[in-house]
Amino acid sequence: MKLELRGITKRFGSLVANDRISLTVEPGEIHALLGENGAGKSTLMNVLYGLYRADEGEILLDDEVQHFTGPGDAMAAGIGMVHQHFMLIPVFSVAENVMLGNESTGFAGTLDLDASRARVTEISERFGFHVDPDALVEDLPVGVQQRVEIIKALSRDAELLVFDEPTAVLTPQETDELMEIMRQLREAGKAIVFITHKLREVRAVADKITVIRLGKVVGEAEPTASNAELAAMMVGRPVELVVHKDPPKLGEEVFAVKDLRVVNATGHVQVDGITFSIRAGEVLAVAGVQGNGQTELTEAILGLQEHVTGSVRLDGKELLGRSVRQVLDAGVGFIPEDRQEDGLVGNMTIAENLMLNRSFAPPFVRRGSLQIDKLRAFAEEKLQQYDVRARDIDTACGNLSGGNQQKVVVARELSRDLRLLVAAQPTRGVDVGSIEFIHKQVVATRDSGVPVLVVSTELDEVVALADRIMVLYRGRVVGIVPGDTPREQLGLMMTGERPKDLEGDVA
Amino acid sequence: MSTLTDPTSTGASPGPAAPTGEVVTLVSRKTPVVLGVLTVGLALILLFQPESGETTLRLARETDFFQLPDLTLPTMPTAWALTIVCALLTGESVRRYLAKKRTPMWLVAIYAIAWMTGFLVWAAVGETLPVVGLLAGSLALAVPLVFGALGGVLGERAGVVNIAIDGQLLFGAFAAAVVSSMTGSPWPGLLAASIAGALVALILGLFAISYFVDQIIVGVVLNVLVIGITSFLFSQVLAPNAADLNTSARFKVVPIPVLGDIPLIGPILFRQTPVVYVLYIAVAVVTFALYRTRWGLRVRAVGEHPMAADTVGIKVNRTRYRTILIAGAVAGLGGAFYTLVSVPQFNREMTGGAGYIALAAVIFGKWDPIRATLAALLFGFASNLQGVLSVIGSPVPSQFMLMLPYVVTIFAVAGLVGRSRPPAADGVPYRPQ
Repeated sequence: MKLELRGITKRFGSLVANDRISLTVEPGEIHALLGENGAGKSTLMNVLYGLYRADEGEILLDDEVQHFTGPGDAMAAGIGMVHQHFMLIPVFSVAENVMLGNESTGFAGTLDLDASRARVTEISERFGFHVDPDALVEDLPVGVQQRVEIIKALSRDAELLVFDEPTAVLTPQETDELMEIMRQLREAGKAIVFITHKLREVRAVADKITVIRLGKVVGEAEPTASNAELAAMMVGRPVELVVHKDPPKLGEEVFAVKDLRVVNATGHVQVDGITFSIRAGEVLAVAGVQGNGQTELTEAILGLQEHVTGSVRLDGKELLGRSVRQVLDAGVGFIPEDRQEDGLVGNMTIAENLMLNRSFAPPFVRRGSLQIDKLRAFAEEKLQQYDVRARDIDTACGNLSGGNQQKVVVARELSRDLRLLVAAQPTRGVDVGSIEFIHKQVVATRDSGVPVLVVSTELDEVVALADRIMVLYRGRVVGIVPGDTPREQLGLMMTGERPKDLEGDVA
Repeated sequence: MSTLTDPTSTGASPGPAAPTGEVVTLVSRKTPVVLGVLTVGLALILLFQPESGETTLRLARETDFFQLPDLTLPTMPTAWALTIVCALLTGESVRRYLAKKRTPMWLVAIYAIAWMTGFLVWAAVGETLPVVGLLAGSLALAVPLVFGALGGVLGERAGVVNIAIDGQLLFGAFAAAVVSSMTGSPWPGLLAASIAGALVALILGLFAISYFVDQIIVGVVLNVLVIGITSFLFSQVLAPNAADLNTSARFKVVPIPVLGDIPLIGPILFRQTPVVYVLYIAVAVVTFALYRTRWGLRVRAVGEHPMAADTVGIKVNRTRYRTILIAGAVAGLGGAFYTLVSVPQFNREMTGGAGYIALAAVIFGKWDPIRATLAALLFGFASNLQGVLSVIGSPVPSQFMLMLPYVVTIFAVAGLVGRSRPPAADGVPYRPQ
């Protein structure tokens, strides 16, 4: 099936998310849509899928104009979508998820689960997916959940498949498997739209590349284009793809975690016996696919987890068992992985957000009342220093772009005297310009002699920042290796495989 | 206790629940503590208020086909024996807690029966306790609670918190009284009750689904509104024309042949009014529909992850409207119990907050129709116990007994309910783009 988009425009209030975008995708072709977070890729696909109504422009399938009023219409027309945030119901089984909205029924609307099971098994076997139709989706690994999404689309006879940032949650190995699946689908004659901001993947699998910036198509490129060329098109200026940093000036071993074990509220062991230490002036980066215990590790250090055993020592003092406030007072800076959930109060102003971690004592609070003047002066200074692009310090943080929100969080956390910085996913969903800036700040913090723990699921970020790399898999340490370890080896370790000739610390 | 699952079984990367694949049982000491407190309480009652004499348990009614003989027990020895059983069960619960195991449900169930029997034997000293009457009455009193709880389960499974159950019950009772008075037959009244409940649900849906108003607030306001409207109509319209508008035709007890003659169970379950039989059907139909039909799958999908439902072409808000209307209709049926079974007329605020107890049953029953029904039956038992004990003249002050249903509700919801997980999108309005 051939897809053609003509002059699609979508506005949200005064913001133009898609500006006259035109695109053609042929059957048997993988068409990559490359662009930064917030460039308008997902909006475009949601228009195509009937979730948004376009303000202007038309969608053509096999040269016929379509009028979708909802996802149901798009699906009926043969469009399948693998969403970035899986559209699966966690408490349903695979078969139930696949049949939902397209159920075969028997007498009086009773569900024919067997038909759905057979369908799942059939598609699963055809593409070698190995998916158990009766497994509950919430029990499945992320990579398998994604295959369920693909099965869901295929079971509705989709001829055009849209993959929206499909590799964000996958290991490098799973990513390779997904690429293979995409190639198989291409051989089967499906048209594929592949949305991503990862240059490497685009060059590996795409037949054609369209680059989008700020809601507009800025050009097309061949898969043979270099990383630097693609990045420059995507960002609109030449980009430094590497972070410049000097060799570390290592100091004392200031921060040490020993036998850390974290159990969550439902009794699942999230972190099992993690031991590591960081020296002053060193960045230890935690690599691993999302959901391997990273979140619980950082939260346990902060004192946000309930069932924790082991030991977390900073400057020789035990942090476990202390309240979050006591941990912060001990000099821990924390950039949480979800800035909107844990990092900021969206309805509060930039100035107010900048003092959230010191609302108890001077300089901003005296005898229970806010020192507004001091706070404003401080906020003005940080706005400048951290290059936060906002109208003024009274702007609500919720109205800022992701990159600027993150800069506010970074500014707040780095503007105290730190003894340790914990940065979880410091640049997730942030534009390339802000990534450069935040990375420089992290390196500067390290150079000032503070131990830094960076957690990232982006291998690029890990490699860029780390002096040493700790790979987590299933809540355990696979190994701690030097910062210049080759990616291939890191990728293997992220699947739990421990290389035999592993150098460095043994966990 | 920890179970280790095969780490290779789930593929390349871990599932979201447990990266290590290892699960430890986290035991709360809530259950052993609650059991211990109750055991000590019973022992203290027996110690400081000893009664001498015998207690007779009557296991059949005079009209029953099979006459089981009465059971006469020496009061104090029986009560103490049951207290010891309770103490042993508490000990077992403590032992399991120390061994980091959960207290199983069967233990709690046996404990509840032993404790209740012990207490009743003591409370009914020197009297005859009509066991069949007590249980049959409990079922009857639980009718509005069960209908209400079913309405609650349906609404919440679709993602709409149905706080307005009480309003649906009350409006149902009102409509049933008026319509059956006018027609002289209870069946049109039952239908009217259902429609009235759906009407209240429609208003709830309008605000909660279409206008994204906070569902808790709308629900509570609706309850107050229905109290206001029915009280106004009662005093202005019903009271002056009581003979025409507020003298409802009641349902009579209709024994089911054969089934009604089974000893013990028959008189309890199958010598009831038609409303109770409608209840059996309603529980079965709701359970089947929710878990086995296309409709139910979509309702649950909409309550768990509306966005996912939308992306497969399910109209989320239309599904929610349809479900909440059915929920209101079911809850409204429960209202009919008050004016078509209990008393032959409508009175102000005659539900006495039963809708809120039904809501507690929804949570206690973990959003499952069968469990919610059992929870509602428990609350019905507590209500009826109070009535029966005051009739046979027990040593417990009647004012205290009036608290019983509510005390049981609090204990049940706060103390004994395990970790329960509501539908993920419960109470969250869905805004399509």
